[in-house]
Amino acid sequence: MKNTIKTLCIGSFILLSTIAIAEKNIATLREETPLNKINESPAPLQNASNKDIKRGRAYPMQPPVIPHKIDNYQLDLKVNKCLSCHSRTQTEESQAPMVSVTHFMDREGNFLADVSPRRYFCKQCHVTQIERSSLIENDFIDIQHLLSK
Amino acid sequence: MITLLKRYWDIFRKPAVHYSLGFLTMGGFIAGVIFWGGFNTALEKTNTESFCIGCHEMKENVYKELMSTAHFSNGSGVRATCPDCHVPHEWTNKIARKMQASKEVWGKVFGTINTREKFENKRLELAQHEWKRLKANDSLECRNCHNFEYMDFTQQSPRASVQHSTALAKGEKTCIDCHKGIAHQLPDMSGIEGWE
Repeated sequence: MKNTIKTLCIGSFILLSTIAIAEKNIATLREETPLNKINESPAPLQNASNKDIKRGRAYPMQPPVIPHKIDNYQLDLKVNKCLSCHSRTQTEESQAPMVSVTHFMDREGNFLADVSPRRYFCKQCHVTQIERSSLIENDFIDIQHLLSK
Repeated sequence: MITLLKRYWDIFRKPAVHYSLGFLTMGGFIAGVIFWGGFNTALEKTNTESFCIGCHEMKENVYKELMSTAHFSNGSGVRATCPDCHVPHEWTNKIARKMQASKEVWGKVFGTINTREKFENKRLELAQHEWKRLKANDSLECRNCHNFEYMDFTQQSPRASVQHSTALAKGEKTCIDCHKGIAHQLPDMSGIEGWE
């Protein structure tokens, strides 16, 4: 019994210290600043890319990223600025890509007449990008390339 | 009452006996300068931002909303104040707008929008007044600063340069058609053209 506790103690000590070391190696934008502290030298804010050129999707179900600025876009219960171009009825005039038909489905897969409330807040999934090189090297391989191997 | 008015009218019509023509002309001229100057000074006073946000209706609603937009704070430090966009700069139109503003005094006295809720309920109506005004004068208050002639399309994003060099250049659209809600929050836009 005594030995078991001893082994458990040593085991958990080793485990915890490994986690602690591992945490040090994770690249973060906050540069290891604890959540309850303020980063003294935060990375400078950068303007969102505004080139209007679509980017590829990194994985099959990735929400497309936004290729333009969305500064001060009003998106609340009263107004959806995104849909003033991307809604089904506006795309003809705006020539913006229409919201995917999946956005008209409720959670049971029934099609609704308008964008489903659960898909209304665009910025939950769709984000802008900045022109910047990756923080860390990315060795992700797309499923298409994996399949052809 | 009638006799009283008649007496004053008779005095008004009678030529002056004791004052010289020179005195009356000069006196009238000086009084005119003072009254006209005073009128314009008072008018200009009502045309300042500090006057606008002297009322909490403006300060706590629309002014707060303006503060987070590019027309208040931006890289170059050039900003628009309330009257830059909401009062015509040309004299005749300015006076016409100032006369319309007497309705706003009425609203202030009777507390038409003295709470956030009341303001939100009236937001659509008030916004529509401004959209109508800017649509009618071809977004004149925008164009007082943003001159189409000097727009460099190469500096604009592809989307912006396409819209500006076609619809705006041809005069089919004016600034306010696309740039609603540029400086304040929008009302519920369901049913508004272009937002269906």
